Amino acid sequence: MNLQTDTPYHLPQVATDHLDLLEAEALFILREVIAECRHPVLLFSGGKDSAVLLHLAYKAFHPERIGCALLHIDTGHNYDEVIAYRDRMAERYDCLLHVRSVEDSIRKGSVRLRHASESRNPYQSVTLMEAIAEFGFDACLGGARRDEEKARAKERIVSVRDEFGQWEPKHQRPELWSLYNTRVALGDHLRVFPISNWTELDVWQYIQREDIELPALYFAHPRQVVRRGDILVPVTHLTPAQAGDTVETISCRFRTVGDISCTAPVASSAGNVADIIAETAQCLLTERGATRLDDRASDAAMEQRKKEGYF
Amino acid sequence: MNALDYLTTDPIPDGTHQQTPSGLLRFITAGSVDDGKSTLIGRLLYDTGNVAADQLAAIHATSQKRGLAAIDWSLLTDGLIAEREQGITIDVAYRYFATARRKFIIGDAPGHEQYTRNMVTAASSADTAILLVDARKGVTTQTRRHAYLAHLLGIRELVLAVNKMDLVDWQPMVYKSIVDTFNSFVAALGRHHVHAIPMSALNGTNVASRAEAIPWYHGPSLLEHLEAVPARRDAEHAPLRLPVQRVVRVMLGNAANGANVTEFRGYQGTLASGQMQIGDEVTIWPSGQRARVSRLNVAERSLPAASADRAVVVSLDREIDISRGDMLSDPIQPPRVVKTLNADICWLSEQPLQARGKYLVKHTTRTVNALFEELSYRVDVNTLAHQAAPETAIMNDILRVKLKLQQPLLVDAYVDNRTTGSFIVIDPLSLHTVAAGVII
Repeated sequence: MNLQTDTPYHLPQVATDHLDLLEAEALFILREVIAECRHPVLLFSGGKDSAVLLHLAYKAFHPERIGCALLHIDTGHNYDEVIAYRDRMAERYDCLLHVRSVEDSIRKGSVRLRHASESRNPYQSVTLMEAIAEFGFDACLGGARRDEEKARAKERIVSVRDEFGQWEPKHQRPELWSLYNTRVALGDHLRVFPISNWTELDVWQYIQREDIELPALYFAHPRQVVRRGDILVPVTHLTPAQAGDTVETISCRFRTVGDISCTAPVASSAGNVADIIAETAQCLLTERGATRLDDRASDAAMEQRKKEGYF
Repeated sequence: MNALDYLTTDPIPDGTHQQTPSGLLRFITAGSVDDGKSTLIGRLLYDTGNVAADQLAAIHATSQKRGLAAIDWSLLTDGLIAEREQGITIDVAYRYFATARRKFIIGDAPGHEQYTRNMVTAASSADTAILLVDARKGVTTQTRRHAYLAHLLGIRELVLAVNKMDLVDWQPMVYKSIVDTFNSFVAALGRHHVHAIPMSALNGTNVASRAEAIPWYHGPSLLEHLEAVPARRDAEHAPLRLPVQRVVRVMLGNAANGANVTEFRGYQGTLASGQMQIGDEVTIWPSGQRARVSRLNVAERSLPAASADRAVVVSLDREIDISRGDMLSDPIQPPRVVKTLNADICWLSEQPLQARGKYLVKHTTRTVNALFEELSYRVDVNTLAHQAAPETAIMNDILRVKLKLQQPLLVDAYVDNRTTGSFIVIDPLSLHTVAAGVII
């Protein structure tokens, strides 16, 4: 990707204290939940947002080791290196790791796929609810951010879910100052999002500052892909090339890492965090021109497609 | 001197302004959709390059479909309309954008009957409030209500955005008259810094770029103002307050990997205000005992000092029985230890206040049982008139109350300290947050 631009002045050089303030806010939220909840758990998928959350949990507890377990809901369709990364991180931080798989829910009959190749992504929530009931978790710490999509713009930092896991906008509690109400009735639980106020750029800047390790998929690497519209579909055993497809090998990276069946890479030559920060900032610039509508680099678009169940 | 320089009041000369602007500014936008609020937010996001290409393509297509000549910027925030159609409560939405100078968090509180509750919620964490006025309508009851609520929540930096100036042909006298009316109203509330800007959000005039075509306005655009305006960091200059969140005890077996400690006792918390240095003497409340700070850490990093808003681990030079909910403070300027709270509250719940009911008050990291001892008066947010001795409170009411507490709280007045001066009220049965209060 060509990083030259005709308006180079706009590269965000925000004073770094915004990262200090975001970090302090997240540490405060984590400590409130740890202090007030009976049995919190940290949802860890091996993605960059959960990697940041895990690092923040380490800082929130330090010098104690992280005092809650990690939970991964495995669709069974993850990249091997992400699973290896997940296990390595759990070991590094000396955390108990629970893995519950959608496969088990399918076997039990609580998840029924319409057809064998259907994406398992939407069914993670069923397996998650089963795990919450099994362990009796009263708070799940997650790495979701409000800037990911419009609907999340009004999600609370501490969000109450009923025993069906439903988010009921009408029954959300007002959140004022930094006074979080963590009380839940038996059977209900909290979803807590300490990095709600972070943007994708903040996350990358923090990863750089704190030198947080990520799975290699996040950095540019050669990969076989098929172009479907403006999406690059990785050629994998779950998403094989079909008759008539042109398979090409390009340099690309993933902006979000999740279920293989619904995560697409973007063309990129960014091999390290600094390059990714430049690219992430660059996205805003090229989009700003409004003449060339290149949406491959937008992860809002990807979220939308994920919601619509695109491949 | 520029013609309209006098329209911007002087900064408050009491040390509330920092030297270098912080990299993060939180602001709220108040006004109705009719005033052009969605358009203004859309414009700010777009003109600062914070609209993703796919979003842009989508609103471009929708604008064309509706036969509009130009892009309708309000479509950017119109996820809300779909929700309205589905009958979902409209709520505070948070939006983010960044420029080369700063990161911004917008608390966008839509109007309608829950407005007071939404505005109070959004304003609680804001540094600045943008009050939007339609130049054709001038200062309305709604504008006054917004200004009052911003004032109540301690926002002292106000932007009066006089929008739709193109529809009054950029007449300076129209603008002047609106600004004068507004300034005399807020002057009666208390001391504020008001910055007025004439603009056309629809055309982007004075939003992210200055209006070259207005010979009588020489001030900054809205964005320039937001990039320069001080964030609320007055907490740094207030006396030290550190509510203890967690007591950390490291014994054999629970140390973090690489932490290199076998025994450790410390107190985790975020400085609500003030500064703390190694060697400083602090008072621990409610016991009143004193100790000196022996170590300050953010994870493995040792700090010589820390100031407001930093989340730290503090070690003291002697063994003292301290638990969550206790507070470390400046020994010379301690917090008030109170068993009665005099406060202004906003009732947030659909369930009315039960005058004889038991409630919980969460203040900093301490939660105590409480009873409403007195409902002194209700404030009419439109006229600011007081209605004496109300029997209850319903959603959106602002009340002056007296709360009796089962255990003492360590408080300051809200005007002096936003963190130790605020609290929420929780209904112990529904577990909902039913009210928010600021301490007098």
